[in-house]
This record gives sequence, structure tokens and C-alpha cells, in this order.
Amino acid sequence: MQRLIYWTWLLLVCVAGPVRAELVIEITRGVENPIKVAVVPFRFQGSGVLDVDLARLIESNLERTGQFQRVNRNSMLSLPGPNDQLFYRDWRAIDSEYTVVGEITPNENGYLVTFGLHDVLGQRELFAEKVPGPASALRDIGHYISDKIYESLTGIKGIFSTKLVYVTVDRRSEKDQTFRLILSDADGGRTRTIFESSEPILSPTWSPDGGRIAYMSFRGKRAGIYVQTLATGEVQKVTDFPGLNSAPSFSPDGRQLALTLSKDGNPEVYIANLRTGELQRMTDHFGIDTEPRWSPDGRSILFTSSRGGKPQLYQLNVSDREVKRVTFDGDYNSNGAFTPDGSAIVFVHRSNDRFHIARMDLKTRAMRILTETDLDESPSVAPNGTMVIYATSEGARGLLGLVSTDGRVRVRLPSASEQVREPAWSPFMN
Amino acid sequence: MDVLKTIKMASFAAAFAVLAGCAGQVKEDVAVSDATAERAPETATATAAPTEAVSGAGSSQASQGASQSAVSGAEITRESLKASALAADTLFFFEFDKSDLRQDALDDLDAHAKYLVADRGARVRLEGHADERGTRAYNLALGERRANAVARYLVIQGVNRAQIETMSYGEERPLSLARDESGWGRNRRVELIYQ
Repeated sequence: MQRLIYWTWLLLVCVAGPVRAELVIEITRGVENPIKVAVVPFRFQGSGVLDVDLARLIESNLERTGQFQRVNRNSMLSLPGPNDQLFYRDWRAIDSEYTVVGEITPNENGYLVTFGLHDVLGQRELFAEKVPGPASALRDIGHYISDKIYESLTGIKGIFSTKLVYVTVDRRSEKDQTFRLILSDADGGRTRTIFESSEPILSPTWSPDGGRIAYMSFRGKRAGIYVQTLATGEVQKVTDFPGLNSAPSFSPDGRQLALTLSKDGNPEVYIANLRTGELQRMTDHFGIDTEPRWSPDGRSILFTSSRGGKPQLYQLNVSDREVKRVTFDGDYNSNGAFTPDGSAIVFVHRSNDRFHIARMDLKTRAMRILTETDLDESPSVAPNGTMVIYATSEGARGLLGLVSTDGRVRVRLPSASEQVREPAWSPFMN
Repeated sequence: MDVLKTIKMASFAAAFAVLAGCAGQVKEDVAVSDATAERAPETATATAAPTEAVSGAGSSQASQGASQSAVSGAEITRESLKASALAADTLFFFEFDKSDLRQDALDDLDAHAKYLVADRGARVRLEGHADERGTRAYNLALGERRANAVARYLVIQGVNRAQIETMSYGEERPLSLARDESGWGRNRRVELIYQ
């Protein structure tokens, strides 16, 4: 049996610029024996001080997975660079299992970053690499290095170069609020407002290629589904029928959107062809049918329906529109999403009048509650399937949390903004 | 004494004359009054016409049964219905994950319905809301169902569907930020707003 330990770290993510809405990482629970990694401060061969501390960025990235623990910088007996000989006993002495070294050299195009990963117990270099990039890409290089280290040590592709979108709200009164759709790095750094409105913004979701975001917003008093291209800022209106236009989800080929419309009097799931605008109605029931989410193989759509009296998750076969109920445990299960391999779903589950994120294996039908906080919602699974990002609450605040899909690791991501919600994890960007 | 007698006679005559004059005056007043009464149905029809054009119903009642009191009565009724509609509650509350109207909403909704029936030019917007529990897209659908439940009730009371606009804000515009039933109960609502 794995006994779980609880520990709390408060780590400030390296701030790339004077951006205040960035998320702060706080690990509330990790694995029992996290791998200890020493990330030696990267030597800067130029003049002045860089505004990104790559070593801090990398150790924060690794630590946020709950599987790693940093070795404190102050305890390091030496600060070698990638070309220096590593004295492994110095690192064993401070309980480092792996040591990362690196240096940053300015060149005509920006920087050349050289880094290496050492196995302290095995006393050998696992790999070394040189990564060039413009000065503006230093954080990207840091995430890339984190991905390489993570994959080398776990065998799983890293998610540090992925992105998040989420919604923040500044509320002055019931009818005076500012909603912002924010794009950030997976660590919460480098935030950018991509859409702002005095009316609600809901259900942002990524296209499979990571290039577009679909979301619900209001233009005037009318709700609509819009698709925004990140590179150009161009916005395409998909639907703005009277009534509901909500909960978009891209098909795995990126050509269609599943969404909810109530134009025929009742919330139903539809599929919209993004090129032709053609609509196909997929459900037909007087109850609420909403929150469609495409399966990774594109053959089915998971959705929430109140057709049984209470909200439960159902699976819709796209080809014959046959519907079968998926959740039976409890009286409120909604907002489901598949894990990337399609073997499990994560969703919002009410238990003892509290709302948690739960995961269910689709083969065994075994359900596991992953979170302990309350009012947890909007689960979105990382593209490597290891973590779920979700929205939760603390007092009057709305903040984001991370939980591993096995429930063993929990991380809080509080932000300077009082209300953060509706997170969506991007696919792999490379 | 003759003088006295004469005075008495004269005063009597004068009194009679006054009385007679009064009587004549009364008679004339009645005549005027009658004339008004004869014109009354026309006036009543004229006033009722715009209502008739909108509703297409209740016209026979307006033209046949119209009397002096009914004329001003229609306006007075509309004004008083408007006053009671404006005085009536515009917030209607719901149970968790429910869109059934509560009994305590009906009196106030009736007041709104009566006014909306009496004034076909009046328009309302119904904004449905949910509390923060449960998921946002589901709550958006729930808010719409609540707005539709109120709309349906008003239509059953005779309001035209075209007088009503519905929309849902889901849980995005809470009235109260209290994270317990005191706040949630206030947030699960439909707001009726005259346009």
C-alpha cells in the first residue's frame, strides 16, 4: 500500500515580465517518495541578468507533477556547468538522485542553451543537448528541457510546453463584471488576454491542432459559439441562434464542433460542420442534453442529460445516434471528458452535497473520487493523460487545481485574479 | 296687514319662481346628460379599438356592454393593473436543479400576466439564473428552463409569447456571493424585467 504524505510548498513561478495575473504553484499532496532532482543554476555567459531563471522554471515544472522534489539550491556544494566534471559523491551527499546542469550563451540570433542530465547513483550522464532560440523563447526552451528530463526519467511525454486557456472574472456588482479569456503556459506563466467582455465567457476548448479556441460568449445580449484563431486573432461565428448556444467540443479531426442549441425549444446536442455551417441534431429528448465531449476516436460523444430525472453522463454513438447511460453512481454526474487514450472519463460528481472531480474506468466501471475540495468543476485532462486541471473554490475565491489521474498528486494554482475558472488544457503543441 | 300679506305672497311667488327655475335647470341638465349617454357607445368603441386590433378578442364586450363607467374603467383598470404589476415581485425562486414554479410565485406572476394581457404593447425579458453548484454549461441550460417555465405560465394566463423574451445567464450573474443556501437560494431565480 502506498502511504501518502502531505506537504506544502509555496513556489513562485519565474515571472517573465510584469504580468500580475499569473498562477502560483502550491503542491498540497505528492507521491510518497518523489524523485529528488538538483537543478543547478544555469550559467549565463553574457552580461547582466536574465529575466528568466531557467533552473527555477525547470525545478518548478518537475515539482508540479508531484513526482519530483527539488534539491535546495543553498545546499549544493558546487555549481558546475555542462562542461565541468561532476563529482557524483557531492550530489549523493545532499540526496540528489539526478542532477541537471546547463548554461546559456548569447549568440547573434539570441541564445544557445546547453544542458545535461546526470544519474547520480549510476554516476553517468544520461544525455546532453544544445538548444538554440531567440531571446524571447527562453521560457519555451526551459519548458522543452523540462519535457526532455521528464520523459527521460518517467518514460512519459512531458506536458510543460503545452498551454492553458481559462476565464477570469472581475466583479464589481451583479451586472458589472469583466470576463477575460486568458491564454497561458502550462505553468501559468506568460498570460495573454485573448478575448474580453462584460458578458459571460464560457466553455473554452482547444482545437486538436492547438491553433484555435472555441468558446461561448455574448455579442450584445445574444449568446453564440465562436472559434478564434490564436495566431491571427480572427474570430469565426459558428452559431448564434435564439436560446442556448453552448458547450462546444472539437471533433478529433478539427472539422466539426459538437455543441448545445435550444433553438427547437429544448437543449439538444448538435454537430456543426465548421466549413459548411451545416447542423446535425444528435439528441431528441425533453430533458436537458448538454456538455457534449468527443471521444478520442471520434466515434462517440459523451454528454450530460437530465433525461433520467437527474444529471447523468450518457454516451452517444455518432453513426446511429444510439444513447447509453454511462454513470449510475450518485445523483449528479456531469461535464465529462475522456482521457486521451479513451479508456476512462473524468467528470463532476456530487457526493455528500459536495462537488468533486471523479474518474471512471470505462471497462471496469470503477469510479474514484480524485479531489477533496468543493465546487470542483470543468475537468480537463492533460494530453499525456497524467493530470487533470479543474476549477475549484476556496472561500469566495475561484481558483484552479491540478490532480493526477490516479488521485495521488494534488496541486493548487491560486492566481492574483479572484475568480479563475473554466480551464482547458491544450493538446501537444509539437 | 295687506302689505304684509302682499310681501308674503311676493316672497312665496319668488320662492316658487326660484324653485321653478331650478326645476327647469334640472330638466336641462338631464337632457344634456342624456345626450352624453347617447354618444357614449361611440366613445367606448373608439377607445376599445386599439386593444381589439391587438387582441382580436373581447370586442363584443367592449362595444355592447360599454357604458360611461366602462370607458374610463378600461383605462383605470390597465393603469391599476400596471401599478400592481410594478408593485409585484420580479424575482422568482427555484429549488436546486429544478425548474418548477413555486406556489409563492403565482400571485405575483398573475399580477404581471394581467397587466401584460391588458397592455399588448408591454414587453418583458425573463432572465434565468442558477446557483454555482453543478457545472456551468448545465446551469446555463437550467437557467433557460427556469425562464421558459415562467414564460409558459404567463402564456397560459393569456400573455402573447411575442411579448416575452427569454435568456439564460446560468450561474454567471449571482445576486449573492454567500456560499450557502442563503446565497444559493437567491441565485436560483428568474428575473422579470419590463422592456
